[in-house]
Amino acid sequence: MAITKAAPPTADSPEPVATPPTGSPGTKPAGAKSADARSADSKSLALIVLLLVLVVLQGPLRSALAVPVMQSWMTVFVAVLVQALPFLVLGVLLSAAIAVFVSASFFARALPKRPALAVPVAGVAGAVLPGCECASVPVAGALVRRGVTPAAALAFLLSAPAINPIVLTATAVAFPRDPEMVLARFVASLLVACVMGWLWQRLGRTDWLRPPERPHHEGLGKGAAFWDSVRHDVMHAGGFLVIGAMAAATLKAVAPASWLRTAADNPLVAILALAVLAVLLSICSEADAFVAASLTQFSLTAKLAFLVVGPMIDLKLFAMQAGTFGRGFALRFAPATFALAIAGAVVTGAVLL
Amino acid sequence: MNRQAQAAVLFLLGAALLHAGFTDLYLRYVKAGLQPLLLLSGAVLIAAALATVWYEWRGRTKRRHDEGVDHGDGDGHVHREPRVSWLLVLPLLALILVAPPALGSYSAMRTGTALQQPYGYDKLPAAGPLHLTVVDYATRAVYDHGRSLKGRRLDVTGFVALDGAGHPYLVRMALNCCAADAQPVKIALTGKIPPVLQPDKWLEVTGTYTARRTKDPVNNGPIPYLQVTEAKPVPVPKDPYDESWNK
Repeated sequence: MAITKAAPPTADSPEPVATPPTGSPGTKPAGAKSADARSADSKSLALIVLLLVLVVLQGPLRSALAVPVMQSWMTVFVAVLVQALPFLVLGVLLSAAIAVFVSASFFARALPKRPALAVPVAGVAGAVLPGCECASVPVAGALVRRGVTPAAALAFLLSAPAINPIVLTATAVAFPRDPEMVLARFVASLLVACVMGWLWQRLGRTDWLRPPERPHHEGLGKGAAFWDSVRHDVMHAGGFLVIGAMAAATLKAVAPASWLRTAADNPLVAILALAVLAVLLSICSEADAFVAASLTQFSLTAKLAFLVVGPMIDLKLFAMQAGTFGRGFALRFAPATFALAIAGAVVTGAVLL
Repeated sequence: MNRQAQAAVLFLLGAALLHAGFTDLYLRYVKAGLQPLLLLSGAVLIAAALATVWYEWRGRTKRRHDEGVDHGDGDGHVHREPRVSWLLVLPLLALILVAPPALGSYSAMRTGTALQQPYGYDKLPAAGPLHLTVVDYATRAVYDHGRSLKGRRLDVTGFVALDGAGHPYLVRMALNCCAADAQPVKIALTGKIPPVLQPDKWLEVTGTYTARRTKDPVNNGPIPYLQVTEAKPVPVPKDPYDESWNK
């Protein structure tokens, strides 16, 4: 139904998308680098061809998209993005404000001098960022650029999405019969975030962490620098968010749900299975407690692993971290986070649950 | 991706979010409570697009004044974003051109029923036909053993889903945050079922409580039956999801 309703805009909607690139070669000074102009030319040509193909193949395309698998894939894909974009924008605004309006010396004064102490302080400070994990990546990036020691910024990156009041409240609502789940989630997440921070401080090498490429703000007014940072972060993190949303939608639409039942029987396999599921599903940390609560056949510790792993590392976060801090960083950081998050959940679960 | 293209993508993305937020379109994908944030972020994206164009234009006129040709050229390089940014066009196309429908029977039958035992039950009106949500009926039927439902005429609205053997269910997807976490709650239908049932069609079913139950083959969750006396097609509700768990 939606597809037939959406039909009329097809004819005119692609145009605005097509116009900017076509116009771009003209904006260069006449003698600009020819390689650049050529790549822009070929890009706009490719886009025009793509749009023509889309218009010509409208009919077959539409029927292909009407297949239930495709429809549910697209719905989840759009849903993940529509849900995550507001939080990404929130994080991007905050990160731009940090980059432009907060002086670097503020963080030097606010955080303890010794990195070993700065890590837990930054971890606890994560509690003030209301939102889910999409917001924390750009903010952590801004902190690193602002001279905060990476170990502390990473502790903040990991703890913020899991221990803020909104997420903890959602957890309490989702587990009405197990209030200790809220405490366990808080403790385990903070623990893992701090251990990861300390681990980075001992073993991490600065050359793994690619300082994000950015336009120089010097010489720009505050307003220009602020909006430049917003534009850069949305385009950059947004692109990676799309990749993550595609992966999550594929899993949700294609993978069978019944294999979970067999995994629940063995306690160890159950923990691992839910940890992997948290990575693959890439659910927003404000909603993951409800999903965990619905996995009734699993133990509380397994659910805790789901809640600790999810906000720290999942497909969309991995893509966004790779975009912000570099692939070399993400490839080392993600597996370590995953392993530590499971260990932290198991230990906390053994003590508290 | 150069700055003009970035501004265009930002603007269209913001406009798409505003469009979705001002119409009921966004309710197909996320919870109703997200609307203010959605509109706000749409406005911010549009502002970012306009600011980009404005500073680009001002920067260029200024540069022309200074006649700093090599300077200007270097600038163009710095502001390019990687190719991955082009992917932002995809959600734009999906949202504007296709506007996929809310999750339906396909997802519902792949996922187990997500019925949860409630804290307690709201008091029902003492007389007249009862309008219940799918979640409300299923919860009362399973965990309250239909105590408050016996002998009453019940109206329940949901969409049709058929399992592998063709047995009909009335389903509503329950949602906490966005469609990625939506889970079905199912009622099995028995009695005077319409002869032809199309999956995903919305029905208002009138019927009575029955103690009969079955188990969801996906997760062994309990599915209550509803004894149908009448069923009539209804339009898709404004909010296709059940959001009672958010309250």
